[in-house]
Parts: sequence; structure tokens; C-alpha cells
Amino acid sequence: MAFLMMTKSGRYGDKAYRLIRWLATQGIQYFTLVLVSLVFLIPFYWVVVTSLKRLDLVFTDPPQWLPNPVMWENYHKVLFGKFFPFLLLLRNTVFYAGSTTLGTVISSCIVAYAFARINFWGRNVLFGITLSTMMLPGVVTLIPVYILFHKLHWVGTYAPLIVPAFLGNAFNIFLMRQFFLTIPHDLSDAAYVDGAGEFTILWRIMLPLVTPVLMVVAVFQFMWAWNDFMGPLIYLNNSNLYPLVLGLSAFQSQHGVEWHLMMAAAVATTVPLIILFFIAQRYFIEGITMTGLKE
Amino acid sequence: MSVDSVVVSFKQRVGHKLRLNRRMRQNITGYIFILPWLISLIVFSMYPIMASFYYSGTDYTIMNTPTWVGLKQYEAMFTKDPLYWVSVYNSLYYALLAVPLQLVFALALALLLNTNVRGVGMFRTIYYLPSLVPVVAATIMFAFLFDTRYGLINEGLNLIGLPSFGWLKSATWSKPALVIMSLWGATGWQMLIFLAAIKEIPKVYYEAAMVDGANAWQRLVKITIPLVTPALLFNLIMGVIESFQVFSSAFIATATGGGSTASSGGPLNSLLVYLLLLYRYAFRYFQMGYASAMAVVLFIALVVITFLLFRFSGRWVFYEGAMRR
Repeated sequence: MAFLMMTKSGRYGDKAYRLIRWLATQGIQYFTLVLVSLVFLIPFYWVVVTSLKRLDLVFTDPPQWLPNPVMWENYHKVLFGKFFPFLLLLRNTVFYAGSTTLGTVISSCIVAYAFARINFWGRNVLFGITLSTMMLPGVVTLIPVYILFHKLHWVGTYAPLIVPAFLGNAFNIFLMRQFFLTIPHDLSDAAYVDGAGEFTILWRIMLPLVTPVLMVVAVFQFMWAWNDFMGPLIYLNNSNLYPLVLGLSAFQSQHGVEWHLMMAAAVATTVPLIILFFIAQRYFIEGITMTGLKE
Repeated sequence: MSVDSVVVSFKQRVGHKLRLNRRMRQNITGYIFILPWLISLIVFSMYPIMASFYYSGTDYTIMNTPTWVGLKQYEAMFTKDPLYWVSVYNSLYYALLAVPLQLVFALALALLLNTNVRGVGMFRTIYYLPSLVPVVAATIMFAFLFDTRYGLINEGLNLIGLPSFGWLKSATWSKPALVIMSLWGATGWQMLIFLAAIKEIPKVYYEAAMVDGANAWQRLVKITIPLVTPALLFNLIMGVIESFQVFSSAFIATATGGGSTASSGGPLNSLLVYLLLLYRYAFRYFQMGYASAMAVVLFIALVVITFLLFRFSGRWVFYEGAMRR
């Protein structure tokens, strides 16, 4: 403090004081940011480290922060071994996530365009209803929908999980509509004058403009489907069809105590998502702030 | 001249023939565009809600035909099933503990991230990363971290002189363990929403306040927090709805360590949350009527809670529009 007071007096004192204060604030901010990151990252680190340990070295006192020996075989066992049909689960997961993403992107785009740019009777009421379904507790639709699919003999397949995706999704419709609203009317007006119908406008003019938001919707949906546990749990009973999360759960009931393998399986289930996220990250944060959360 | 001016749309040709004016064409086109969503609304939202109410008054196991039993399911649920009230308690406990903690934590993170230090984007990514982990994987990870003898968390606590907790093996600490896990893996989106809201606040307000001599704490409490209340309301409502419907983490957490079957409920049923019990009745015992009654009760409760939250939000939510004089 005394030092700061000393620097405050004198010709350059005030500037020095402010510089030191700025440095100190930056320092404290960085320090806190790093400290909190540790809280978030340590579980990741510990899980990865455990996945590379020998089983008898997993639980040691004091804890081993670096695996020794490094058991790359754990991953070999998990990815390619008999324990965990990783490739099959991966294929199922990609199939599930990919098809729902395709369906959602297509349907949400078309529906959102209509809500934003076509003035049809009852539009606002319907959009209001759409918004309220976003807050609909899913629990109340669970059983009747299951019974419906049971009557259709779709239980046991991916159909109950994929077909609804092609009909639209409230959240994504909302996101896309917000973005469509920001596009100037001049563009579509000019097209109208030239004789274009709504679909032409959507296809040729709007689509190129909304690609960033489509990316956001696609990534969100892909990640959500990758994560989805309850849906596949309810509708799938053939373990050959299980996605990664279900496989992980089944793996746990057989090999739960083999923590090194469990951690490796958990890592294998998560890493593809993280990679996808880093690739799409540019669009991600942009998308959330862009489509606007102004109430 | 573009190709489009030569190609006249199908609708226009038909419309012209049927003498439909622009307005009607717009209506028809609009409804065709939203047709998939209309189907979804009816089949997957409106019909199920009504059907749930209907099934809740029946005895139905999918194998037989529904037989109407009136309010018997509700009677059994409220008076004859101790597990029901256990699950209500568990879900209430979890929600009351998780939601405030999540909101505070997410807001704190957003405030922390609202700086201009170089590389803040990297930290933002790091803080969001846990949300990317599938809940199933995260639960297994944390079951490992919460291990009573050798888990990192108890080791860390011992290091600073605190005792070990029973966590997922203890009836008192299993729900807090789930809450802690949710703070790690489920607050990412709340944080982003807060961050977006904070960034919307015009810097002018802060500058004006500083001119008036406000310190950092005052700026936080008098400017930032009031202007963030709409986002707070959103996160609060979505957080409540989400936490009452927790399923995956409870499901997996009760089956860790191998051996016990999933959905078994945890130590002394302390992890038997509402949806877990509902799942058991619907998909293990195939008691669709009873499970529908559970679903209806939760639905009504959430609707009422959401309505109340909205209704009384006027007291504390501060919409920026009101500020413009």
C-alpha cells in the first residue's frame, strides 16, 4: 500500500498507480479464471489418467497422478475387444444422431421460415403454442407416445426416435425463426416481384443466408441425440441396436468394478463429441448470442 | 432478368386459375409449410396430454385393454404407496438444492467470463466443456470420483482436514452428490445465457455509474443483476422443469460399482427420484395407468409452479424496455 501511495505522488505517479492497479486486476482475474478451470478440468484429467492405469493401481494411497505403467491396452480392450462393442455402438450412435439431425434441420428450417415470413392466419397463436411446448414437461407425453408406438409395432426399432425429428422441434424452430426475422424484407420482396414462390425464396435466397444458424441447430441436435439416454432405453431392447450411452450403461452393470476400463469407455463415449464441438465452436457461441435471448 | 421471373411458381398458376387472392395463397402456403410441425403438435403434444389424463383413470398393462377405474390409481398413489412420497421428497429435495446453486454458480461463472482479458474465449470453452459430456458418462466418472475410500473428492477433503463423506453410498449425501455433479456438467448452458445477457448491457450504464462514484460491488448489484433478471427468470424456470425430471444420472448412479440393478433407488431409496419411480412402474411393471397418474400429477405441479413463477416475476424481473424514458 505504501508503495502505491508513493507512486501516486510525483509526475508520473498517477499513471504508474493506474498501471499497477490494472496489472493487479488482470492478475487476480487470470488467477481466478485458472483456479476455476482446475475445478472443471481435474475430473477430466483424473478420468483420462485412470483409464490408462493398471487395475490394481487405480486405487492407491496417495493417488497416482501419472499412470505408471501407461496401459494403452485398456483402450485396445475397450475399443476393439469383446467387452465393449465400441464400433457397433458408435455406428448406431452416428446413425441415430445423424438422421435426427438431418430431420431436424430440414423440418425446423421450413417451419421456422413459415412462422417468420409467411403471414398466415393464426400464425401468432400457433407460434405461441410452439413456445409453450418448449416448457412442456416431457414426462406427460412419455407414456401415451410409447403406447402409440407400441400399437404401431415400432417399439424395438429406432423409428420412434427418428421419425418425430422430421416433424420439427420447438426449440430449433424458435432459434431459426428468430434468425429469419432478421433478414431484410427487401430481399424477398424483390424475389416476389420477379415471380418467385415462397419455396423458391426459401431455397435460393434464405438458405445461403441462414447457414450459420443451420450449423448451430445441427450441432445442437447431433449432440443432444448422442447424449439421449431415456429415449433409446425405453424403445430399444436389442443390444445390437444400442447407442453408445446405452452400451455404456450395460457395460457398467457387467464391469462396473473395473474402473480403468469404465473410465476408458466413458472417455471413448465423450471424445467424439468434444472433437465435433471444437470444429463447430465458431458457429456455436455466435449462434446463441446472435439469435438473441432478448425477452 | 433472372430465371425466376420466367418460372412462375406452381401456386401462382393454380391460384390464378382458382381465383385465389394473395392472402389465401399465403394461408395455404403457410399451412403446407408448417404441416409437419402441426402433425407433431397434435400427435406428440396435444394428444398425449389428454391421453395421459385418460390413462391415469384406467388400469392398463398394454397386454390387456384399458379398464376404467376412476380415481383408484390416484388413491393408491397418494395413500397406499410409501415409495411415491419418498420419490416426491427426493425430487423436491433435489430441485430445491440444485436450482439455486446452479443459478448462482452459472451467474458467477458468467460474471467471471465477462472480462476482456486475452484468452477469455479459451476459458469459456473450458467452462462449457463439461456440458458436452453425456450424462451417463459423467455420472460414471463422478461415481468414481465420489468413491468413499479412494475417490479424489474424499481424498481432497481429507487433505484440508475435512472428513470423508459417504456420497453415493450414503442416504444423506447421495442427493448432494448428484447436485454437485450437476453443477459441473449441467450449468454450461445457463452460464452461456447469463453471459449473453450480461454482454447486452450497454457499457454506458457502467460508465455513468462510475462517474457517480459507484464501486464494483454497487455496479454489480444495481446495474448488472437487475438487467440480468430476464435471463435469470428463464434459467430459473427451465432449471426447475429440468431438475424435477432428472432421470439418467439417478438411474446410473444407483447402479455403479457393479452388482445392483439400475433403477434400484440407491441407499435407502435416497436416489429414487420421481421419474425413476415412474419409469419403474411404466417399463418394469407395465402399470401404465398408475404411471400415467404419476405423470399427470407432476405435469400439473410443474404447470402451476411455472405459472406462479411467471406471475410473480413482475416483482423482481426488470425489463429494459421500462427503463427508456
